[in-house]
Amino acid sequence: MSENTKNVNAAEIAAKYKKKSQTADIFRRLAKNKTAMIGLIVVILLLILALSADLLFDFEIDITKQNISDRLQAPSSDHIFGTDEMGRDIFKRVCYGAKYSLLISFVAATISLAIGLVFGAIAGYYGGWADMIIMRFMDVLLAIPGTLLAIAIVASLGTSIPNLIIALSVSGIPGFSRIVRSSVLTVRDAEYIEAAKAIGANDRIIIFGHVLPNGMAPLIVQSTLRIASVILTTAGLSFLGLGVPAPHPEWGAMLSNARSYIRDYSYMALFPGLAIMTTILCLNLLGDGLRDALDPRLK
Amino acid sequence: MWKFIAKRLVSMIPVLLGVTLIIYLIMSMAPGDPAKVILGEQATPEQIAELREEMGLNDPVLVQYGRYISGLVRGDMGESYNSGLPCQVEIFARFPNTLRLATVAVTISVILALPLGVLAAVKQNTLFDGISMVIALIGISMPVFWLGLLLILAFSLNLGWFPSSGSEGLRSMVLPAITLGFNHMASIARITRSSMLEVIRQDYIRTARAKGVSEKNVITKHALKNALIPTITVVGLQIGAMLGGSVMTESVFAWPGIGRLMVQSINKRDIPMVLGCVIMFSVSFSIINLIVDILYGFVDPRIKSQYK
Repeated sequence: MSENTKNVNAAEIAAKYKKKSQTADIFRRLAKNKTAMIGLIVVILLLILALSADLLFDFEIDITKQNISDRLQAPSSDHIFGTDEMGRDIFKRVCYGAKYSLLISFVAATISLAIGLVFGAIAGYYGGWADMIIMRFMDVLLAIPGTLLAIAIVASLGTSIPNLIIALSVSGIPGFSRIVRSSVLTVRDAEYIEAAKAIGANDRIIIFGHVLPNGMAPLIVQSTLRIASVILTTAGLSFLGLGVPAPHPEWGAMLSNARSYIRDYSYMALFPGLAIMTTILCLNLLGDGLRDALDPRLK
Repeated sequence: MWKFIAKRLVSMIPVLLGVTLIIYLIMSMAPGDPAKVILGEQATPEQIAELREEMGLNDPVLVQYGRYISGLVRGDMGESYNSGLPCQVEIFARFPNTLRLATVAVTISVILALPLGVLAAVKQNTLFDGISMVIALIGISMPVFWLGLLLILAFSLNLGWFPSSGSEGLRSMVLPAITLGFNHMASIARITRSSMLEVIRQDYIRTARAKGVSEKNVITKHALKNALIPTITVVGLQIGAMLGGSVMTESVFAWPGIGRLMVQSINKRDIPMVLGCVIMFSVSFSIINLIVDILYGFVDPRIKSQYK
């Protein structure tokens, strides 16, 4: 084996080891934070619930089928969260509702991240006119409060899950773009980027292979917090009748439905609200923990 | 300072033009023919075509936008499809209610959050710190409309202390203002705490203590003023979220503001009214951001010097 090949292998192994140890280091710091770990565990459990909702419950029988003889039953051993005005089990509906709240927010946040990533990277890396045009457009989007922008889009396109995802994705793009742009600006002139340019790497490889991986920390935190914010907005839009249409048991829609029965059957509003709050709380705890774990000053 | 304000006002113009253009384009994507909506199901195709021509709906969308903007600068927001009245009449009639509610909510949240955040920082790692930050975390995680429903259940339906809807008298404002302000109180308290924690570790605070300045003066005169910059930023940013939250709060409490008007208009597919409401909210948000920028100068002399 030639000397050169040996050196390349050693460099690869060192890079791999360093990468692994950095991730392990971040996770070790996150694991030390008990509240963040509680957040992480609950979020994982909720994700499993959301992904397996259709395996655990039959949409027709468990979720939407009316059972008038069982209507408005208080929480009991048969129905631990009680039943609604149609006799449907609130526990099953709350569990199934995780599918809508979590999946919509994950998809919307991912779309915002992907588009924000591209715009932010182009603006930050190329600068000049591209930066000016993209960032002025983002400034305009940021001048419209996110929830209102989402309401306007849904109001125009109509209420459906795909339209809701479009609305929530668009309102999240400016936030991600700004973060990516500032991350790119901090590493754009670093020596390793110059080195990559010197060995002939093209812009795509430099941006996605070198620049972005080094500016991921704030994006990870922002993604967690964005998911929390999207869950709140989704529930809010459904509460106003602009989100997930009936009979889908989205948590905000369930709360909206419970309004008419709140005087005598307050449990109907209690459990969907608790589900939203617990999810947001855990995502916030996880986001705070990740922020601390990724902050080099707190090492 | 005046030069800075004038500059900021001028820079607001392209942003507001962009905001109105985006909102106009979004709203123009709404399905359905406005002429049909206005004339009803009984209208003949000839009548619809005539009204479309009259309303300029056959023109390209950018021409329509230009017409809308020229009306907007003269205070004309178009006619409501529903009532036939000018949109600005209803929007301006309801706007003071939204402003009143948001002002009270911001005041409550700042009055409660500042001492909570400062005390939590000063008493870091004590029971008080723990409890106040748990309250803040719950506040951040609680949907406004759920909090509103819980407050109605407890203080209106069960105890009968406050009305559950309407806008007559101060009592009717208590529950909506708390609902709208609680979430913001939590965010402001958290940022004030972390900002105070950073400031009270600075050398000049140690110097002030070494000089024998009382702890109260160290906190209120030296630390708090310097810790307020991030707090003001968050208050400004939160107002944008608050405007979104006011749509939910006004719907829960049947508060006659533009948030509720907007939801009602969406349900009636009254596009000009929705457009007017969103533009009103966005313009208010831009003006609030300008006020926040000016406030920085009063709190931080370094920023004030940049204005000159």
